[in-house]
Formats: sequence, structure tokens, C-alpha cells
Amino acid sequence: MPVESVFPRLEALLPHVQKPIQYVGGELNSTVKDWDACDVRWALMYPDAYEVGLPNQGVMILYEVLNEREGVLAERTYSVWPDLEKLMREHRVPQFTVDAHRPVGAFDLFGVSFSTELGYTNLLTALDLAGIPLRARDRGVDHPVVVAGGHAAFNPEPIADYIDCAVIGDGEQAVLEITEITRAWKAEGRPGGREELLLRLAKTGGVYVPGFYDVEYLPDGRIARVVPNRSGVPWRVSKHTVMDLDEWPYPKQPLVPLAETVHERMSVEIFRGCTRGCRFCQAGMITRPVRERSITGIGEMVEKGLKNTGFEEVGLLSLSSADHSEIGDIAKGLADRYEDDKIGLSLPSTRVDAFNIDLANELTRNGRRSGLTFAPEGGSERIRKVINKMVSEDDLIRTVATAYGNGWRQVKLYFMCGLPTETDDDVLQIADMAAKVISKGREVSGSNDIRCTVSIGGFVPKPHTPFQWAPQLSAEETDARLEKLRERIRADKRYGRSIGFRYHDGKPGIVEGLLSRGDRRVGDVIRAVYEAGGRFDGWREHFSYDLWMECAERALAPHGVDVDWYTTRERTYEEVLPWDHLDSGLDKDWLWEDWQDALDETEVEDCRWTPCFDCGVCPAMDTSIQIGPTGKKLLPLTVVNK
Amino acid sequence: MQRIRLRYTKRGRLRFTSHRDFQRAFERALRRAEVPMAYSAGFTPHPKVSYANAAPTGTGSEAEYLEIALTERRDPEVLRRLLDESLPDGLDVVDAVEAHTSGFADRLTASHWELRLDGVEPEEARKAVEVFLAADSVEVRRQTKKGMRTFDTRAAVASLEVAPTGSDRPGDGPCAILRLVVRHLTPAVRPDDVLSGLRATADLAPPVPAAVTRLAQGPLDEETGTVTDPLAPDRDATPAATVPDGTA
Ligand code: B12
Ligand code: SF4
Repeated sequence: MPVESVFPRLEALLPHVQKPIQYVGGELNSTVKDWDACDVRWALMYPDAYEVGLPNQGVMILYEVLNEREGVLAERTYSVWPDLEKLMREHRVPQFTVDAHRPVGAFDLFGVSFSTELGYTNLLTALDLAGIPLRARDRGVDHPVVVAGGHAAFNPEPIADYIDCAVIGDGEQAVLEITEITRAWKAEGRPGGREELLLRLAKTGGVYVPGFYDVEYLPDGRIARVVPNRSGVPWRVSKHTVMDLDEWPYPKQPLVPLAETVHERMSVEIFRGCTRGCRFCQAGMITRPVRERSITGIGEMVEKGLKNTGFEEVGLLSLSSADHSEIGDIAKGLADRYEDDKIGLSLPSTRVDAFNIDLANELTRNGRRSGLTFAPEGGSERIRKVINKMVSEDDLIRTVATAYGNGWRQVKLYFMCGLPTETDDDVLQIADMAAKVISKGREVSGSNDIRCTVSIGGFVPKPHTPFQWAPQLSAEETDARLEKLRERIRADKRYGRSIGFRYHDGKPGIVEGLLSRGDRRVGDVIRAVYEAGGRFDGWREHFSYDLWMECAERALAPHGVDVDWYTTRERTYEEVLPWDHLDSGLDKDWLWEDWQDALDETEVEDCRWTPCFDCGVCPAMDTSIQIGPTGKKLLPLTVVNK
Repeated sequence: MQRIRLRYTKRGRLRFTSHRDFQRAFERALRRAEVPMAYSAGFTPHPKVSYANAAPTGTGSEAEYLEIALTERRDPEVLRRLLDESLPDGLDVVDAVEAHTSGFADRLTASHWELRLDGVEPEEARKAVEVFLAADSVEVRRQTKKGMRTFDTRAAVASLEVAPTGSDRPGDGPCAILRLVVRHLTPAVRPDDVLSGLRATADLAPPVPAAVTRLAQGPLDEETGTVTDPLAPDRDATPAATVPDGTA
């Protein structure tokens, strides 16, 4: 069956839409392969606007890993904005890839990357535009197999009806395995149709096929059990873990878009996983154990990446970048190498300790020292013990003193509101902390021209974390608490004017909470919202809380549950959680103990520097911590053939 | 310091590149090609690039111009090839000369455009063009950044004709191709203003948006009504002895 480019038809629509460049592809380092020379073809999607999706590392990595293989082709697709969606429907232009503008419906596999749950309605839009039946059970042998991945896939139950399968954990090896199984099945003439392919995937134990599991409920609405409905399907599905990052130096050729995106820099992932053990952090829990890329591996990736892209800034990315065992040498080595080339270096996600100021100084050697960001997350010492964010107020003040003393003028502090056991007082202490920061800053800098911005958002309990049992704070209570904090800051005559206050209201968090800890019944809510026009839920200007609440009320009523039941209700030890059959390696009993420790305000150390505390991941997944130091240094790059 | 003037294109799907997008892509290409750029002074130094009169987003072009300043000498042709390889296909660097003259931007006094009107019979277009050219003035109104403005499109048009339709165009059905030379005035009259003018005077209403391409821009030869090469003065002024080359 010949597959034609839809570009000529799309082109006629582009003069009528905003930022048409995002739909034309042609990015530097993108790949277009011969359709007929490949026997397994993937369409990969980041279900958000191009400007957010293009820089996504996950998709970029899988795109390159797949395209490097003989006979395998991968193209990318992103969510189209409503203006183009409307025209595409009018003119019957299907969801297309930006690489060769092929219709998504023509591919064998449709991989969708969910870093957040807020992409679910966009998934439905894309399926519908692609002409793929929304419900997996309505699909035939010629429809693509829809594969979900990314962090949100660790609880894919809310989208269980709409995806064919989900992969949890690292995707590099998993997509290659899926490719091989698909290739063999196609070569044999697709025996047993779609179902047989899914069964072969499920039997690996590393691909979750929701359709092969039945969920039984108790009269009170809780889940009784989740059981495989055919033989050969495992009771639990395991996550994937890539063990030697130096062997997977992707992306080697990062995509460089023409359009402007939210992330205008090259990223190098310096390690995966985090064992700091912050109890609210799903990313930290599900990506264990820590696996470092070596200092030399990092140096090579930066060097090649800059050559291949021409970016002016490199982000050293991870969940807590200052924790790399050789971060000091990495920062200094890179700063030395690129001092003359006007290349900026940045570390996202830094912790609050004085060491990070030295790092920040290194990274901004000849640049401007504008702002530093820290995330104490909790306003009081007590709540920080609850969430296991081990940083004392003294630490923080000492750190900011060093920062202001080194010429920094602006400090941004990130917090959460609605943490388990939190009271108004815990949150109001944020104002005191900010005031102390300003006071210290004025003292050490001898200037009144310094600022501290407090940025605060609502906490959403996530699956596979110790807080998966916790009640979420209602939107009204969240807003009331934030209002009190705002008042407190405003009332501060001495420091209030130097303190910026940025907050997110509680409503979007409730929808995120519903989707994060939802089960299959929540799927009807997503569909209803989509059908009522819900799109781009991560965007303030598109998100509608009222729409979600109306749809949820209607869709959940027949099941005898409601939004509060999913969000503000505390779960008990016995409850079967919707994601229990998805194995992140974390021992459920360990998570429960950690939840109890949280309530007792007991902290737990990091297993990188203290003995293993038996979270369960390493033995369950047959993995181990991989960290340096290697003792190596980054040598200056020799200038050749100039 | 050496200054080099470049002509580049926006072809095919990359005509949807906005000017800002192009600037970013070009600065990255300069880095990849390791061009020894001169930088502006200040807190956030920028490579010295000046752009002239960029075509609007969605408009194709065979003739966009810019000038860069280098701290070391390079052979213009070597540099052109390097940059061309460094930019995505469609953003092609097609000409390069060392700047020996000043007032380059002032030489760009007119543009030569091609407008492909799908779904329009050439005969219908020919009649509309006749009516348009016969008029003394053809006013159209358009919203600009400074509010609603009125433009006399007739006065800006140096020439307008219907070109023979080639056989290589995509799709079937009728198609008319207009060739248009417009003077660069302030406020600028754009090809789509001329199309509005054709609609106003002769009811020419293409069913789909026109595909517009700038074929050339440069000095207008008032006698022939043609646009000439704006780089010619630099080319002519090039000293006979050529610069060693770019591998210095
Ligand atoms: C860079 C970054 C950003 C950037 C770029 C985002 C982007 N489009 O990529 C910006 C600044 C824009 C951003 C924004 C946000 N981010 Co962010 N971000 C990160 C960061 C630091 C790196 C992400 C990354 O590239 N990881 C590395 C890649 C390789 O991992 P990956 O994408 O998960 O992909 C792997 C697997 O998941 C899997 N996989 C992925 N997709 C698929 C698909 C298939 C089919 C398969 C089989 C496998 C698979 O394979 C990949 C390779 O192994 C992470 C922290 C971290 N280190 O992960 C936070 C993080 C992902 N962000 C987070 C959040 C909350 C956000 C925001 C919602 C913040 C906000 N409140 O606005 C927004 C959401 C924007 C959006 N709609 O996506 C959270 C997610 C929380 C969670 N899951 O519980 C994280 C984990 C940080 C944290 N600790 O809180 N972010
Ligand atoms: S199993 Fe032990 S060593 Fe491995 S991540 Fe968990 S606590 Fe750390």
C-alpha cells in the first residue's frame, strides 16, 4: 500500500494558522527514511504543542535509537493547535508526522510519551484525527498499535481503554524489543492478527496490555483485584532499566528546530535516577537506582552535541544534577573548555547547599549573575522532615548568604502547598523564611536591591510514592492557605516589597490528582472532556476546571464514586491500588513504612552514601547503583585543522 | 574586519520560517561552521549580522540578503558553501561577496515577485491585470501595527503581467502565474496588497491563498522595469588579486 505525504493538502491550510513553521519539519538532524525499505515503522508522539514536545529528550532518544537500525523507521508527531485541528477536520487532513508528513494511521506502532497526565485529552484528539478508533478493542489488524511510555505510564489505567499497551521505565531497549517482535510477526504474515501480536508482547513480562487484565470492584467502589484474563500473561509487568548510560549516549545528534521552543538549549543527561528519597517525588522513586554517566562520557556528548547543533547553552540534566559524584570536575572542565566560545552551562534542579554556589559561580564564570533557584519545598522544619527534604533553615540561610555575597541578586525558592499533615502554620513559615533570606541578603550584599521570589504550587500525590495513600488537599483549602500566605507576605512592611509571590491555584491540581491516581473508570471522564472540546490541559488558557468537574460528575456517578473519592480520600494499607500490578521495583511494604515514617516525621538517608535501606528496586530489577568517581578529568580540547 | 554579503533563499516548506526563526537558525549555523564572527559589545554579546528587508512568513524567496562581520578573512565562496551545508535544505546560501561598498540596504529599492494563483484561469487573471494597470490609483486598506492604513497599490507597482503557466506545477486544474515588480515604499506595499487591489478593481478572487515567492530584490531599472543584482557593485569593486583563501 503506497503511503503518500499529506503535505500538499496541509500546505494549503498553513497560511491560515498560527506559527505554521511548527508543522513543516525539516529540523536539523531530523531523519526521513525510505518507507518501503523499512519493515517496522514507528510514529512517536509527544502529546503537547511542538514548542514543548520537540525538546523532549525521551522522544528524541527513541527517535534516534530506532532510526539507527536497519529496516526501522521512526517519525515524530505533536499535538496540533485547535486552529489547525479545525481546518484538518474540515479538509479531512489526518494527523501527520512532521518528518515526511505521513499519516499516523499508516504506521505499525504509535508510541506516545507522557511525562504528565495532562496530555490524555490530546492523545484522544490525535487518535481521532489519525482515523484510529478511540477504543483499543475497536481497532483492526491494520491500525497502529498504540504504545504509551514516559513517567505517567506508571499508572496507565485512566487511558487503559485507549492504548493497546504501555511500557514503564527506560525506553531505549524496550522499543527495540517491541520492534523485533513486531517484525517477526509481520514476517510470518501477521498470524492471529492484532491480538496475537499483543500477546507476544505481553508474554515478555515487560509490556503491559490492559486488555488482557480484568478489574473487579468491591461494592464500595474500591478495586477487589486485577487478574489476567488469558494464559501466558504475567500477573505483574516490570519496568525497564538501562544499566550503562555510557553505552547509550543519546541523543547524539539533538534536533535543532527552526521554530522557537520552550527549551532553547542542548541537554545532556548526566545521570538517571535519584535516591535522595523525597517522598512526594514520583520521578525519584520510579527511576531508581542512580546510574551515572561518566565524566568522560559527558564531555564527549557535550562536544559532539555542540558540533552537531550550534546551540549556545548546555543543560546538564538529571533529577538533582549537583549530586553527580564528579560534578565539580565536570563543571570546571566544561567551563575551561568552552570559556572562549561563549557557551553557557546550566544545571537544572539544584539542591540547597553551599557547594552549589561554588558550582553556580563556576558555571557563570564570565556571565551575568542574575538568579539562582532552590527548592526547599516545605516552609517549616517539621514539614521538611515529613517529605524527607533534608535541608535546615540554617543551611538555606547560609547558602543564600554565600549567593548574595558572590554577586547574585535574585533567589527563587520553590515550595509546595497541601503536603500531608500540613497546617496553615507550615505554609505561613514560608513568609518568615523569605524575610530572613532578604534580611541576610541585605546584610551581606550591603544593598537593598535584592529580591527573593517565592513560587508555590499544589502538591499532587502520585502512584509509586510513599504518598500514594495520602489525601490530597482540596482546591478550596489550597487556595485559602495560599491566600493567607499572600496576606502574610503583603503585611510584611520591612521585607514584603522585596518578596515576589507566584502561585498556582488549586484547581488544576485536582484534575491532575484525578488522572494520577485514577483507575479505568476515569477513562470515561477523559473521553467526555475530549468530546466536549477539552484540549491542551497543561495550558492555562485552554484548561477548564468546570468542564472537567461536570464531565467527571456525569461519568463517575454510575460507578458510585466521585472526584473527591479519587483525590481527597486517604487510602488504607489493604486497598488494592490501580497500579499495583505494575512493578516499579519498589516494595509496597517499604513504601508503606516510609509513609508511616513520614507521619512520624522520621527521615531516611540516601543509599548512595549509606547502606541500602531495602526499597526493593535493586534486587527486584536485578540492578545496582552505578556511580563514580572515576578520577578522570576533562582535558582541554585540542584545536585541530583550523 | 571583513564584511561579507550573502544571498539566501526560503524554499519549499521552509518558506514558513519566520524572520526570527531564521535569525536563530543562522546564528547556530555560524557556530557549527565555526565562522570567526565579530561580536557586539555589551552584557550579552551577539554576532554581528545585519539583515535586510526580510520576506514575510509564508512567502518563499530566492533573494534574501544579509551581511556578516568577521574577525579573520575568509574566502566568500568557501564560506558560502560551509554555511549552506550547515543550514537545513530550503534555507540555501546561494551567493556571497565581500562588501566593498556602503549603502547596501538603500540599493534594495524594489522586489520581483511571483504569485501562483491555483484555481484561477490565466485568461481571467489577464483581464484583471489589464483593468488594474489601466487605473490611476488602486487603494486598499489593511490593518498594520500602527492601525488601519490605506495604500495606493497601483503607484507601487512597476510592472505586472501574467506569465505562461509552466507544465511542472503540482496538481491539475486551472492556475495563473503573475509576475510583479513592486517598489519598496513606506509604508510597504506587499504582494497580497496587490492581490487585494486586483480583487477590488477586477473582482479577481482566488479560491485558495496565493503561493508567493520573491524572485529578486535590488535596484529598480526604471526604464526596463526590471530588478537588477544588488551585489553587482561589490562584485565589480573586488580587487583583481584574490584573497588567499579561507583556511588561514
Ligand atoms: C527538561 C525538563 C523539562 C523541560 C522540557 C520538557 C520536555 N518537553 O521535555 C521543561 C522546562 C519545559 C519542563 C516542563 C515541565 N516539567 Co519537566 N522536567 C524536565 C526534566 C529535568 C528532564 C526531562 C527529561 O528529558 N528526562 C530524560 C528523558 C530521557 O526521560 P523521559 O522523557 O522520561 O524518557 C524515557 C522514558 O520515560 C521512556 N519513554 C518516554 N516516552 C516514551 C514513549 C514510549 C512509547 C516508550 C516505549 C518509552 C518512553 O524512554 C525514555 C528513555 O529512557 C525532568 C526531570 C528528569 N530528570 O527527568 C522534569 C520533569 C519530567 N518535569 C516535571 C514537571 C512536573 C514538569 C511541568 C509539569 C512543570 C510545570 N508545573 O509546568 C512542565 C510540563 C511540560 C510538559 N507539558 O511536558 C516532572 C514530572 C513529574 C512527575 N512525573 O511526577 C519532572 C520529573 C521533574 C520533577 N521531579 O518534578 N520540564
Ligand atoms: S534497593 Fe537499596 S541500593 Fe537499590 S535503590 Fe533501593 S535503597 Fe538504594
